[in-house]
Amino acid sequence: MTAGENATPATPPTRIGSLVWISRYGTLVAFLALIAFNVAVTPNFLSWQTLNVNLTQVATIVIVATGMTLVIATGGIDLSVGSLMAIAGALAPMIFLGTIFPVGNPVLAVVLAFVLPVAVAAFLGWFNGMLITRYSIQPIVATLVLFIAGRGIAQVMTNGNLQVFKNGPFQFIAMGRVFGIPAQVIVMIVVVAAAAFLIRRTGLGRQIIAVGGNEKAARLAGIPARRVKRMVYVISGALSGVAGLIVVARNSASDANLVGLGMELDAIAAVAVGGTLLSGGRANVLGTLLGALVIQLVRYTLLANGVPDAAALVVKAGLIVTAVYIQQRADRS
Amino acid sequence: MSSASSRLAFLGPLAPKSNIDLARLGVIAALIALIAFGGLRYDNFLSEFNALSFLRYNSMFALIALGMALVIMTGGIDLSVGGTAAMSSVVAALLSPYHWAAGLAGGLAAGVAVGLVNGIVITQLRIQPFIATLAAMLAAYGTGLLLAGNQSVSVSYDSGFTIIGQDDFLGFPIPAWIAILFYVVGWIALERHAVGRRILAIGDGEATARLMGLKVERTLMGVYVTSGLCAGMAGVILASQFGAGQPTEGVGWELFAIASVVVGGTLLTGGVGSIGATLAGAMLLAMVFNILNFENGLGWISLSAYWQSVIRGLFLLAVVILQAKLAGNREKA
Repeated sequence: MTAGENATPATPPTRIGSLVWISRYGTLVAFLALIAFNVAVTPNFLSWQTLNVNLTQVATIVIVATGMTLVIATGGIDLSVGSLMAIAGALAPMIFLGTIFPVGNPVLAVVLAFVLPVAVAAFLGWFNGMLITRYSIQPIVATLVLFIAGRGIAQVMTNGNLQVFKNGPFQFIAMGRVFGIPAQVIVMIVVVAAAAFLIRRTGLGRQIIAVGGNEKAARLAGIPARRVKRMVYVISGALSGVAGLIVVARNSASDANLVGLGMELDAIAAVAVGGTLLSGGRANVLGTLLGALVIQLVRYTLLANGVPDAAALVVKAGLIVTAVYIQQRADRS
Repeated sequence: MSSASSRLAFLGPLAPKSNIDLARLGVIAALIALIAFGGLRYDNFLSEFNALSFLRYNSMFALIALGMALVIMTGGIDLSVGGTAAMSSVVAALLSPYHWAAGLAGGLAAGVAVGLVNGIVITQLRIQPFIATLAAMLAAYGTGLLLAGNQSVSVSYDSGFTIIGQDDFLGFPIPAWIAILFYVVGWIALERHAVGRRILAIGDGEATARLMGLKVERTLMGVYVTSGLCAGMAGVILASQFGAGQPTEGVGWELFAIASVVVGGTLLTGGVGSIGATLAGAMLLAMVFNILNFENGLGWISLSAYWQSVIRGLFLLAVVILQAKLAGNREKA
């Protein structure tokens, strides 16, 4: 942090090396550069519609990636997010359609359709955390269990069938607008703001960072490391549940085979591009938001200018490697 | 717990020397028990037809698990295998009209190319295997889709390319022969050759291995190239067996391969592992689906195919908890 790659040790500690500067502001610069490029090149870029298209496409990724940021900050990883989305997404229509149990009151049905799936996803997150803390199973293996079984559970629940529905109050979370802003974008902003507050201003936030930085030291300092770890998996599970609800509400249909498929990798990519190191001990929630926006904007830029989606995948791969490379170099210098 | 392994001393050279060995023996015992269960319960379970079609189909997964096992033994991970297999299947299908060997060589070369990129990014840019291979997965899918023009590519039926995946040699499916060949080579490399010692030493501690003068970079490079080669071979078999290069196939293969390796008693922390138990792990997870089919055929129950993911997940759960308990006991001892 104190000196750049080629700077002499005598350099005053206030001077920031160029690599560190890039790692700190690179994502932001890339984001601004992409916007500038699009304003100049892409037709109709500066329109309300373009903004909404991009924000709604990125909202669910950001919501899940925020939970993933907290998990990664403790040195863990959560591969089960996509499967938990599928479970929550399968459960919600079953509740307000009355497939599981009849709910007379339509208002109560919608409330339950929001609360129960998120609670179930949070419980499954707790299950992940329990495997990790109680049996000392590595997070990647522990969450692999629900990655595999979770989608199966959602498929078994719906028998693999598509659930089609139309329910205005429930679908407000995806279709509704408040002051012209899509509701899912508001959910995204609230989630990011709450997580940023959690990390910067609360004791739990500091404990999360401490556990990720050095678990043994954190435990010796009296931090309930196991409880902190379980907590981040619960949060990640609950946020996956919310994202699952948004996806099915947006589609007016729930397909257990597809909801959240590949989401774990999108979320991890957003976290990595956003500047949170995978080794833990750091959480950059706003960076994750920016990372997801950059990935989305790159894809949009390429698509809007006639580059096929497949090529965008290759560019995304390069983007991830470049971002992580710069951050790691900066971290070592 | 040491008494548990010593009680099995009558097994002679097969007797477990440690709890890890015991866990490994447990996997092989579970596989034998599952085969015996199926053979006793279902009429045609042990029939030539079922056994051969089981082996023909699952050779692909066994191959991928082999590469993954070697990578995991070094303490790394390879998330790119599914994307690599998809891309290789496309390359093989595109080259198959020229000669069957062209398809085979092209598919293998595509796999090796991805492995090389992985190796370079991991050893030269020093990016964590998880991120490097995640990016490689995206790039491989992107490249495969670009080459295939976003659709599956039919293979040539005139050049003999389909023999690789569909025909028998000496009454045994050719894909299974290929898998056996790869496993024999893998077993010799790991158990009877210095490279196996190097792989396990790196997994045990990379810094120590380097201080001992082992060629860490070269070994890691070789391991990721081997994993790419295995995935490429799986891609060739995929194209040949199903008559088409499939750029969107292979989603989630990497995580199933990891599950097979874990069930086979290889620890994700690296440093230990067994080739034979990996094969048993892959076969065990695959057999869940086979047994489910037969059970449905009996007519007593009717479980949808979706249950296979749930049951596989439970299998993985049981194995990791068991391993955690054995490892915990070992620490206490």
